[in-house]
Amino acid sequence: MQRIGVFVCHCGSNIAATVDVKKVVEMARLEPGVVHAEDYQYMCSEVGQAKIAAAIHEKHLTGVVVCSCSPRMHEATFRKAAEKAGLNPYMVEIANIREHCSWIHKNIEEATEKAVILARAAIAKVNLNAPLKAGESRVTKRALVIGGGIAGIQTALDIADAGYEVDIVEKTPSIGGRMSQLDKTFPTLDCSACILTPKMVEASAHEKINIYTYSEVEKVTGFVGDFTVDIRKKARSVDMTKCTGCGVCQEKCPSKKAPSEFNRGLNNRSAIYTPFAQAIPNVPVIDREHCIKFKTGKCGLCEKVCQAGAIDYTQKDEIITEKYGAIVVATGFDTIKLDKYDEYAYSQSKDVITSLELERIMNAAGPTKGHLERLSDGKPPKNMVFIQCVGSRCSDNRGKSYCSKICCMYTAKHAMLIRDKYPDVNVTVFYIDVRTPGKNFDEFYRRAVEDYGVNYIKGQVGKVAPQPNGQLLVQGVDLIDNKQILMEADMVVLATAIEPDPSVRKIATMLTASIDTNNFLTEAHAKLRPVESPTAGVFLSGVCQGPKDIPETVAQAGAAAVKAIGLLAKDKLMTNPCTAKSDELLCNGCSQCANVCPYGAISYETKLINDHGIREERRVAVVNNALCQGCGACTVTCPSGAMDLQGFSNRQILAEVDAICR
Amino acid sequence: MSITANEEFRPKIVAFCCNWCSYAGADLAGSSRLTYPADVKIIRVPCSCRVNPMFILRAFEKGADGVIMCGCHPGDCHYSTGNYYARRRMALLFSMLDYIGVEHGRTRVEWVSAAEGVKFSQTMNEFVAKITSLGKNVRLEDLRCRK
Amino acid sequence: MKSEKKQAEMIREISGVNPYKCMKCGKCSASCPSFNEMDIKPHQFVSYVLHEDIESLVKSESLWKCLSCFACVERCPRDVKPGKLIDAARQLVVRQRGETYLSPDEVPELLDPELPQQLLVSAFRRYRR
Repeated sequence: MQRIGVFVCHCGSNIAATVDVKKVVEMARLEPGVVHAEDYQYMCSEVGQAKIAAAIHEKHLTGVVVCSCSPRMHEATFRKAAEKAGLNPYMVEIANIREHCSWIHKNIEEATEKAVILARAAIAKVNLNAPLKAGESRVTKRALVIGGGIAGIQTALDIADAGYEVDIVEKTPSIGGRMSQLDKTFPTLDCSACILTPKMVEASAHEKINIYTYSEVEKVTGFVGDFTVDIRKKARSVDMTKCTGCGVCQEKCPSKKAPSEFNRGLNNRSAIYTPFAQAIPNVPVIDREHCIKFKTGKCGLCEKVCQAGAIDYTQKDEIITEKYGAIVVATGFDTIKLDKYDEYAYSQSKDVITSLELERIMNAAGPTKGHLERLSDGKPPKNMVFIQCVGSRCSDNRGKSYCSKICCMYTAKHAMLIRDKYPDVNVTVFYIDVRTPGKNFDEFYRRAVEDYGVNYIKGQVGKVAPQPNGQLLVQGVDLIDNKQILMEADMVVLATAIEPDPSVRKIATMLTASIDTNNFLTEAHAKLRPVESPTAGVFLSGVCQGPKDIPETVAQAGAAAVKAIGLLAKDKLMTNPCTAKSDELLCNGCSQCANVCPYGAISYETKLINDHGIREERRVAVVNNALCQGCGACTVTCPSGAMDLQGFSNRQILAEVDAICR
Repeated sequence: MSITANEEFRPKIVAFCCNWCSYAGADLAGSSRLTYPADVKIIRVPCSCRVNPMFILRAFEKGADGVIMCGCHPGDCHYSTGNYYARRRMALLFSMLDYIGVEHGRTRVEWVSAAEGVKFSQTMNEFVAKITSLGKNVRLEDLRCRK
Repeated sequence: MKSEKKQAEMIREISGVNPYKCMKCGKCSASCPSFNEMDIKPHQFVSYVLHEDIESLVKSESLWKCLSCFACVERCPRDVKPGKLIDAARQLVVRQRGETYLSPDEVPELLDPELPQQLLVSAFRRYRR
């Protein structure tokens, strides 16, 4: 039998004005198990807490009920006070007689009656409370960053600067990501490579950062503070330790028909390649699908020309297993496929391009060496049409329901750069809305209109029709003039919607991180925890969480790093002791609980069970306390009633129900 | 203990509120001083998916006149999917309650976020009015419990 | 004549379109091959239904200029489908004309190349009911 002390708070007049606290004390005394009851002005004050401590010592209390404000307010305070006095903190329960009683009821009699019932329910619960101990789990002081774009690089740099080891896993042969493909960046028009390359170099030179390029995360097990991750290092066919990055192999490679991923397939690359000149590491990769040696066995030219002897055709995929305390997802984005938007003739004409392709065309290292020209005939364009919201803001099944956020700004940038460099090119932008929230963003867009004479038309394009003479006939509408427009263009640029990189789905599944209908990773709280995944120990950086421009991505990357550092700085993690617990005698190993567990906290073990003298091997559920967050989904699912939630057990809740209905 | 005709009927109502949204919503109703009848007594659970149908049946058995369960809005669950399970379980339970002898309106599921103090108090006012109009729940009560 | 509110509701019901979804991008008008023939442009159709100005709609030239090519239906990013609204408005007019429908036997002899496509479509719709 418990020895319970009940402490009723006046909260000044907040409670005492509508609840007869003396009556509550008097009625509480009559409850089974109660050996002490008192009231005080402010229970949460030092004096009030001292009263609780004194009663615990003098009356040898085993349980405490505080009738006061919401447990969301002071539960932690009273639990700490009880712990100081030598009582298990989880033997304290709060009866909320302020927010749920005195503040909402005016009639003293009614409010007092309700307060008595609430106290009674809390007492009934404490009668069944058992001391709980928060578990501890170890923290591996190493972080994993998945994705080596600007988001991943920034997160890794920030974590590494705080003194923790960081590994970056990047699936392509070089870090740099989408930002390395951009020519200029808005709203200041810096050259993208000029600001990104130093960061790439810094990351690769950082003694705390280890970069796995051409690698993918294969398997994730474990939980916050103690993840075990298998990383597949794909066979590069080039020895990273020997290669000097001279580039001769790429020059001599006879197979030059592979579409360049970096240039969005606008030109070709050799079968042995580094994606771009500033690639880090500057070590090429042999694309085995296009390599003549791998296809026919006859070639081996790269091996012959390599002075360092770095070419190794026998290399195999390698699995590296590492332990991490925190994982940051920074998998970034890609543009959507345009096969459902045939009205824009993207597949029919080479001169209809996406904005990302235009970035490559404008870039000095791109397929046209930075000259603005038509890809069909190499002629400089005279009329260019930009179409906004291609695939964004669509509620049909063709596109994405969200706004891709960056298109308005990069289109203004493109338009401005073209008008600046080629003043005789007419630039027309068809827009639905121009969205420019951000520092100096609207000013930037207005400059495009006012200073650079870009023709913005409120309306959409219905159809782009390639003409026999190579021109593109654009049929659009000007909603302000209420006129249909037919114009000829030399190039059409589509502001294509962005979507999370397809690889994120697999990663989210491995991490049990939740994902929304658009494949963006969900944050733990839309407003208050924007860089954390609901899965403990997993953090979000960059566009994998939602569309973002570079400044926002960098800001979020820093925020994710801080959250990861906050985790890594701890030696041990206290786990929530209110976790599910399975009664091995009742469990029949049916797996129902594991199916509903959102955290993958339940596994099965075959154990020798002594069931009232019968010893037999049974498959029983085992809850991992470090993973379990205590939602209780499993407890209700369990058909045999074996699963229960500590701190909110079936018996406790039933006792509360009984006390309320008595 | 008998109900006389002239005694005003005060229903016993049990409310299960999830810790992260609805309980906080109830707190907000309190701090915003939005009144609702004292007949509602709230039990805090970590998540609406912790509410075992057994708890609701037990409440009716012990003489509750109405039971309401509140959780986070679909999609907003702190544990990502808990309220979806709760929703299904309650749909199934409620479909059987009539058969057991509990009228349809005596149970309710409502999604109340931490920011919806107004909705919480409105919901409770409505629910109490509904239960009051239905009158005392007698059919499931186990008379042996009375003594 | 029914109230315009009622008519707007009927148009919504017949077409199955929620005009509130429109984000006023104008892709319908950009796609329309009869744009220049119309007095009320396809994108304006949506707001006429929204504002329940059905009187002007049914009196408009556009109603009979629409070719029912459904380019706007195909390309509308918001599933608003002005073509379906126009079609519904047309049906409303046809229905209101009361019992002056053709009998199916009369149709073949009336067929001539000048006859607008949509009239035929409407006539057949009527017949099917």
